[in-house]
Amino acid sequence: MTPSDIQLQADGRLRHFLTIDGLDRRLLTDILDTAESFTGVSERTIKKVPLLRGKVICNLFFENSTRTRTTFEVAAKRLSADVLNLNISTSATTKGETLLDTLRNLEAMHVDMFVVRHADSGAAHFIARHAAPHVSVINAGDGRHAHPTQAMLDMFTIRRNKGDFTGLRVAIVGDILHSRVARSQILALNTLGTSEVRVIAPRTLLPADCRSLGVHVFHDLEQGIRDVDVIIMLRLQKERMRGALLPSEHEYFQLYGLTETRLRQARDDAIVMHPGPINRGVEMDSQVADGPRSVILQQVSFGIAIRMAVMSMALGSQAGGQA
Amino acid sequence: MNNNSYLKNAAIEGLLTEMAQDIRSRLDTAQISDPAMIGIHTGGAWLAERLHQGLAIGSPLGTLDISFYRDDFTRIGMNPEVKPSHIPFPVEDRHIILVDDVLHTGRTIRAAMNEIFDYGRPASIMLVSLVERSGRELPIQADVVGIHTPLDADQHITLSGPEPLALTINQGGRNARKDCTT
Amino acid sequence: MNHPDSLSILNGRVIDPANGIDQVTDLHLAQGRILALGPAPAGFVPGRTIDASGLVVCPGLVDLSARTREPGQEYKATLHSETLAAARGGITTLCCPPDTDPVIDTPAMVTLVRKRAQRLGNARVLPIGALTRGLAGEQLSEMASLQAAGAVALSNAERPLANTLVARRALEYAATFGIRVLLRPEDRHLRDDGCAHEGPVATRLGLPGIPEAAETVAVARDLALAEQTGCHIHFRGLSTATAVRKLVHAQSQRLPVTADVAIHQLHLTEMDLEGFDSNCHVNPPLRSLTDRDTLRDGVAESIISAICSDHQPHDPDAKEAPFPATAPGISGLESLLPLTLKLVDEGVLGLVDAIARLTCGPADILGLPHGRLSPGTEADICLFDPDSHWILRREDLTSAGHNTPFHGWEFRGRVTHTLFEGRIVYQA
Repeated sequence: MTPSDIQLQADGRLRHFLTIDGLDRRLLTDILDTAESFTGVSERTIKKVPLLRGKVICNLFFENSTRTRTTFEVAAKRLSADVLNLNISTSATTKGETLLDTLRNLEAMHVDMFVVRHADSGAAHFIARHAAPHVSVINAGDGRHAHPTQAMLDMFTIRRNKGDFTGLRVAIVGDILHSRVARSQILALNTLGTSEVRVIAPRTLLPADCRSLGVHVFHDLEQGIRDVDVIIMLRLQKERMRGALLPSEHEYFQLYGLTETRLRQARDDAIVMHPGPINRGVEMDSQVADGPRSVILQQVSFGIAIRMAVMSMALGSQAGGQA
Repeated sequence: MNNNSYLKNAAIEGLLTEMAQDIRSRLDTAQISDPAMIGIHTGGAWLAERLHQGLAIGSPLGTLDISFYRDDFTRIGMNPEVKPSHIPFPVEDRHIILVDDVLHTGRTIRAAMNEIFDYGRPASIMLVSLVERSGRELPIQADVVGIHTPLDADQHITLSGPEPLALTINQGGRNARKDCTT
Repeated sequence: MNHPDSLSILNGRVIDPANGIDQVTDLHLAQGRILALGPAPAGFVPGRTIDASGLVVCPGLVDLSARTREPGQEYKATLHSETLAAARGGITTLCCPPDTDPVIDTPAMVTLVRKRAQRLGNARVLPIGALTRGLAGEQLSEMASLQAAGAVALSNAERPLANTLVARRALEYAATFGIRVLLRPEDRHLRDDGCAHEGPVATRLGLPGIPEAAETVAVARDLALAEQTGCHIHFRGLSTATAVRKLVHAQSQRLPVTADVAIHQLHLTEMDLEGFDSNCHVNPPLRSLTDRDTLRDGVAESIISAICSDHQPHDPDAKEAPFPATAPGISGLESLLPLTLKLVDEGVLGLVDAIARLTCGPADILGLPHGRLSPGTEADICLFDPDSHWILRREDLTSAGHNTPFHGWEFRGRVTHTLFEGRIVYQA
């Protein structure tokens, strides 16, 4: 099944949101536009609309993540949906219940939507393939494969600050190899017509055949961010040092850490983004993190609107009515 | 030449003038000095702009998009062209003039009132509609109406605009109008 | 003279690459052995005849690697189900790897498997013994005893030897007794926790990759050991173009090295992983188109002289999970011949050579007398209709494992009869 087969209803509307792969520019733009209409909700006294009242949304998190899970929960509640939170630690799965059994048990509780985060690439696809026809699945991050809602909130942030994508130069810095966020961002940027997408990392942190993703590869930070409009810094996991991928955070910061000085290589109005949480002194110093170019806090607030958009579009497509 | 044309711009402007007079007299009778006006997207907002000016209402004009409050979301789904609702004044204890283009089933008004109540508790709501047509499905009535138009179930009357304004009547089953239940 | 158990196969196109035969003729069997090719011997009256007009008659296929999951994993499959499946696929000899539970590292285990298969009588199961004790890669197994009990070769299954000193000594010890060693070339560290070929598809799907070097480093190492020790080695399951090139070079240097390839590597590539299809999760992984094409060339030129099924039947749960959490392997006994015939249809190699890769090719690697129709040899014969069009459906498989990515594939060529030791063990 191609990525678009499984994600889209017969009429082309979004049923599952698993990956940016296979979605066209129009659909991605619809998501951004729908999110735009939801940003206003957060500014009202009653931060709720009754759109998904009566629907049950289950956060099925096999990987711990308070941040992401909380934003999905807030988004669901702002749509008046009921939320079930399931944190399935690995010890529970070693008790023997298969992923499929977990899914069936939950469906028996009349869940309408699953928001899934899992350590295995392809987990959200697996759940979507086995979901009952009226159920939608949102991928909150699977292995290193995709994190489409994060990518969309990043695109929303870029659009809000920069307008159109054509003509933009965007650089993504850090552990591309292990990053599901980067993979989704690259796909989204290319689909939305970004002029140039660059990745900047040492060779050990770049995946094989990296260029096939549609990017220009740089190993030098200052060269890589020269004249760019957007810099996205990725989080560095501590495990990378243990896996013989990097010698130390110290050297990483020396070479790839974003500082005020280095930032001058980019355009004067370049914005700095980070999916969070930031490792200050590793990916960037505090001056940049808290500086005027940083839009990191905006990203957080847009995350709720994007998730509201995706949830309502997916559950709305189950209606079977006309567009 | 549109054969289904019902009312053209000049006639509509004429109706709006009469409606404004009606609204003014009701406000005076109820001794309301500082009303606020809200127009429902899209047609109601066009009309509200004119009425807002004509009545010289002090509070800035509010606009409402009822997409998130519709009762048919589970049948129709999401529409990406939602315009954000914009209520630039506190709703609490205000006398609201709610403006729409066509009052038909009453569902749009129900959704609009639900949405307004999410912003606060108004003192009163006066419903103003350019067209009032047959086919009510809920106990909703307009206080000020431009023109009463009895129509068959398979007929639809739509306002186009913003310049010039025109009302047209179309025959045929429920078509793919984006805000079909009014 | 009326010979007991006598049978004649009439008018078929007899293809026996080992003996250079490709002609429409008759084949006569008696007492479980091939009696004669061509006209019946004087006085021979067959108890039964098979009209093989329009059919191909070839030696029963010899499969160098097919797991029956018995003993130890009977919930996946058994000797009974898998030998029946083999018969349906025209396979009369299967070699099963030692990674059963318990491991085949004692003569008793070798005997157990052989005898059990003999009693079932559907196909010949030849155990491959463990090269090291418990397949742990540290201490040598009792190789001579395993050989005496009937192990036809030794291997370390899917647990390649990390310790090169142990590898060298194991090769040398085996060579003392003329025992063939099958090696899965894989560097455990480079392989890491990968589950897909390290290339553009794995990059896009975010699947941990197994680089080409994981195989080629091991191939280079083992070739160096072969050169140093003069031992015969056989590479069990190549997947990279680079390994094929190294093999070409080694063979040109007259090193005693052979190799086989799993049939699915000759058809599928990394592109088939699209959508995270766990039926395409195999080890070694499906690699690039270039790798597949070079493997095809290697098979055509007999650098790779055997094609096997690498049959790995699984229970449904093993494949019903996110891709990286699934078990690798395809249930492939019943698609071995059809997929090989597809190579012929696609012009990769001729029919006679294709049959050689499935019969005398693998038999010769292990020094077995099977895979040929020489008079006096056991009558293991496969008859197939080369023009029969059919569609493979997983629910129709006889194997207990339905894990196949070939569900829905159209094939031309279907087994009609399989004879094992002169008895008909399968008839369509």
